[in-house]
Amino acid sequence: MARSVSPRRKLINTTAAWAIGLLIFFPILWTILTSFKTEGQAIASPPIFLGFDWTLENYRTVMERSNYGRFLWNSIIIAGGSTILGLIIAIPAAWSMAFVPSKRTKDVLLWMLSTKMLPAVGVLYPIYLLCIQLGILDNRVALVVILMLINLPIIVWMLYTYFREIPVEILEAARMDGATLKEELLYILTPMAIPGIASTLLLNFILAWNEAFWTLNLTAVNAAPLTAFIASYSSPEGLFFAKLSAASTMAIAPILILGWFSQKQLVRGLTFGAVK
Amino acid sequence: MATKASRSAARLMMAPAVILLLGWMLVPLIMTLWFSFRTYLPLRGGDKGWTGFDNYVRFVTSSSFWPAVQTTLIIVVGVLIITVVLGILLAMLLDQPMWGQGIVRILVIAPFFVMPTVSALVWKNMFMDPVNGLFAHLWRLFGAEPVSWLSDAAMPSLIMIVSWQWLPFATLILLTAFQSLDSEQLEAAEMDGAPFAKRFFYIVLPHLSRAITIVILIQTIFLLAIFAEIFVTTGGAFGTRTLSYLIFQRVLESQNIGLGSAGGVYAIILANIVAIFLMRIVGKNLDH
Repeated sequence: MARSVSPRRKLINTTAAWAIGLLIFFPILWTILTSFKTEGQAIASPPIFLGFDWTLENYRTVMERSNYGRFLWNSIIIAGGSTILGLIIAIPAAWSMAFVPSKRTKDVLLWMLSTKMLPAVGVLYPIYLLCIQLGILDNRVALVVILMLINLPIIVWMLYTYFREIPVEILEAARMDGATLKEELLYILTPMAIPGIASTLLLNFILAWNEAFWTLNLTAVNAAPLTAFIASYSSPEGLFFAKLSAASTMAIAPILILGWFSQKQLVRGLTFGAVK
Repeated sequence: MATKASRSAARLMMAPAVILLLGWMLVPLIMTLWFSFRTYLPLRGGDKGWTGFDNYVRFVTSSSFWPAVQTTLIIVVGVLIITVVLGILLAMLLDQPMWGQGIVRILVIAPFFVMPTVSALVWKNMFMDPVNGLFAHLWRLFGAEPVSWLSDAAMPSLIMIVSWQWLPFATLILLTAFQSLDSEQLEAAEMDGAPFAKRFFYIVLPHLSRAITIVILIQTIFLLAIFAEIFVTTGGAFGTRTLSYLIFQRVLESQNIGLGSAGGVYAIILANIVAIFLMRIVGKNLDH
């Protein structure tokens, strides 16, 4: 919104907003800074803000000690796999709901949403038991499937809201010209749907990356992603602030960067299109 | 319009998603219901048979039930009040013209992208540690005795951590709502001499009411289920055991599946009550 205000007012706004913004961001900034300190400097009293000897030692130690690469790889597989699998299942569903709506489309959408509201803890044991009996406890494939199912309602909803914005007239014109269903999908819808699909992919990757109920309860060693890696830094290792910070920074950095690209999609994806 | 062939094709395309979600919902739900009516202790004799509503009665009459309900309510209501009030103020500020708006927005939103185990651990150790935490340094600077945050003031600390994680979400959604506010109406009111408070309560707040409702409902559903934050910080000690954490402990720690499942059924009912309201709003929005 372009409103004109006096420069003084603008200066006050700017100062206040930056102060609050930095205050909110401070814990993250502090973690990143601490990750470059030595353990001694990390707990120095009074705390050192910038004037310390920058070192990469913590990153080296964390990587050597904890097999960070495997946790990272698990996170990528689980978050990426569940998102892609979810898209493969959700795209046809959302497409048909957006372009061939029936009387029941709304009910189906709302019902899908209701499955998302199911509290995980309420079905923890059945899932746990099924995983044991199928021999897939601490297994990446199991987590890919479970996280896909958890996020499937959000994926369908996001895609649906994007697909609905594609003008139907274009489709009708294509049908008039004799386009088959396959051609319609391949040459008309897909190119127009790609931005929406990309946004959905991004947001759900982030949600799956940060998921910390199933990943903590269903993994031990083999399939443990970064959420579990960090949880293992609970005391006593957590008292080594510099190493904790390095591990934390490595776990959140990729998502912070992706997250900045997905601000707008965040609103759409998490409010199910109810706030635009 | 849609032909018969495309209709059946559409149904076919929806089938995988619908069937998968139906299975995902029904199979565990039926299992939880089944277990909730049985005495089932995998480590102490296994399935000892049908007990009727015993587990349901025992879950609500156990001494840890009401404290857990109270804890859950305090966390949910506390975080909601903090995030909605601060969210409105922050969104109002961010909606003003300023320099570097984009960067400030990024700074404010960032906590939402931090995984829960990281934010819990960073707060627990680097800020709230009674010896080396930043708060302890700050307290000593003013000559005060450092506080053992997560044992002596566990609930306020936990509420603070969770609020920090959810404030960005509230702010972002309220900001989106602010941006669709008709500024001409506001300017007209301002020119007619309506004071700030009046403009806020008669124009801004009614406009935001839907966004606020949605923030409250969505956050409630997520807040009822917070897990990692408690798991990492207090492990449910010092009065921070919520209903879902209590169920988690019954199921996985004490391996009393029947009792935990009965608790799970209560949690599902509770979440559904909230969900019904959310669905109504979302459903209405689908119509236009």
